Amino acid sequence: MSQPNPQSSSPLLDVRADFPVLDQDVNGKPLVYLDSAASAQQPRQVIDAVADYHLKDHANVHRGVHTLSQRATDAFEGARDRIVEFVNANSRKEIILTAGTTESINLVAQSFARPRLGKGDKILVTHLEHHSNMVPWQLVCEQTGAELVVAPIDDHGQLMLDELRELMTPDVLLLAVGHVSNALGTVNPVKDIVGWAKQQDITVLVDGAQGVPHMDIDVQDLGCDFYAFSGHKMYGPTGTGVLYGREELLEEMPPWQGGGDMILEVFVDRSVFNELPYKFEAGTPNIAGIVGLGAAVDYLRGIGPERVAAHEHYLLDYMTEQLTAIEGLKPIGTAEHKTSVLSFMLDDIHPHDIGTILDHEGVAIRTGHHCAMPVMQRFGLPGTARASLGVYNSTDDVDRLANALLTAKRLFA
Amino acid sequence: MSSGHVQSLSSDELRELYRSLILDHAKNPRHFGKLDTATHTSEGINPLCGDKLRLQLEVDAEHRIRDAAFEGTGCAISVASASLLTETIIGLHEDEALAWFDDVTSHLTGTSDANGRDLGKLQALGGVRDFPARVKCATLAWHALRSAIENTDEPVSTE
Ligand SMILES: Cc1ncc(COP(=O)(O)O)c(C=O)c1O
Repeated sequence: MSQPNPQSSSPLLDVRADFPVLDQDVNGKPLVYLDSAASAQQPRQVIDAVADYHLKDHANVHRGVHTLSQRATDAFEGARDRIVEFVNANSRKEIILTAGTTESINLVAQSFARPRLGKGDKILVTHLEHHSNMVPWQLVCEQTGAELVVAPIDDHGQLMLDELRELMTPDVLLLAVGHVSNALGTVNPVKDIVGWAKQQDITVLVDGAQGVPHMDIDVQDLGCDFYAFSGHKMYGPTGTGVLYGREELLEEMPPWQGGGDMILEVFVDRSVFNELPYKFEAGTPNIAGIVGLGAAVDYLRGIGPERVAAHEHYLLDYMTEQLTAIEGLKPIGTAEHKTSVLSFMLDDIHPHDIGTILDHEGVAIRTGHHCAMPVMQRFGLPGTARASLGVYNSTDDVDRLANALLTAKRLFA
Repeated sequence: MSSGHVQSLSSDELRELYRSLILDHAKNPRHFGKLDTATHTSEGINPLCGDKLRLQLEVDAEHRIRDAAFEGTGCAISVASASLLTETIIGLHEDEALAWFDDVTSHLTGTSDANGRDLGKLQALGGVRDFPARVKCATLAWHALRSAIENTDEPVSTE
């Protein structure tokens, strides 16, 4: 684990060396990775944990008396224990291990919402959501005849809170809201939002895919009913994720998928379902991935969420300053509370062309709609260029980005 | 380095991709807009970036393309490709236009060298061959052309 920066006046972390993948040239130039909001890179600690598991401990979980199966189970369940602490859940029963945010949200849509919804009921989402916090609700509304209501955002890319509160009517079963917008970086005041929803008895799911990597998460303090996130946005492996759910709700919910692991007893005509959390974990899970997720939790906690946040805020301010100094660069999403993401347009150069030119300079950013087409539609844009920060980024990375953008301007001049 | 087989790009290749002819067509696309006399319309969608392009043709009774126009948003490559496409196909018989589709797309995807045809200005699109992620941008309008001629109603996607 890297030590705090010796120049303690700087909030910047110095952990780049933990991430082997960053040590390479792309198109002849040292890689600058500014696409962590799409998928963050993994530190050696995570890569080693996964490799060690494969090298020494692999077997199926929860089903063998032999030593390796026991070790695999311990490693897998050990990761769950770390996640319980990481988000401050009440118990292991509240942490369902999934393939990612998308699966977590679909689970809630199908197992919690679907049996409770009918004509006249509503699901409330916001205009800021990622497709994976939009489409599962569209599907369940189609399946049940319920109505999907979308809360508006303003020109800065912030939720319009008065309007949101007005939409919290008694016929709303559930509010699904992102903690942080992946397209714009807007941080939503989820604790306040949950408080208002609770006054109306509305169940709240928070899409925390972009929250967990950047701040301390305490699900009990937030007061939400469900909190979903992905391993690969928080320096862990792809294909791993978490659904936190309040035990009382999870107990009431029917299983979502059937199969091994989620049952206690199976007869040919019926089954007795397993207890929480296993009731929602059918089939052999991504054991190695979850072991890696546990290591990612250790890694992030080792640095400390306050230091991560301080590093990223400093860099975001620096990046915003450097980029807005470029003539013709227009930031998209200028919320008061933002984290780690800068979406922008440059002159009338299409984001896709910017992405190619930057890649040519060794700078990786995301371009396009960021799986948030409604956000793009709100701003009347086909897409944006988006630079997003992680613990390994530095002011040098930002300088390289700014220079590469000047190259793009020259090419299109 | 693990990615040793992926060739790294030089500035020449970037200049090859964004040749002045391409940038000229991207900034001042020809035949851009709606075609009131259209007989055929087709939409191309690039799901990677969400770009949409609408191609319209006016085809006469002898299957000759009398006029063409396109509209939509796109990157420099897709707009330039659509613009060059309209210049190429106006005046051609549908079958000739389809032959261009074959030759241009095989040139862009690198499967053959345009079946020996001299592509003229369209040669300029060949820069995408060094940028695999961008080939679909260059072929989008051409797929829309084929579907317009074959009159399939479904929007075509580059996927
Ligand atoms: C805000 C947000 N929600 C949901 C997702 C979906 O995550 P995953 O693809 O890991 O399921 C993402 C990531 O793309 C995201 O940024």
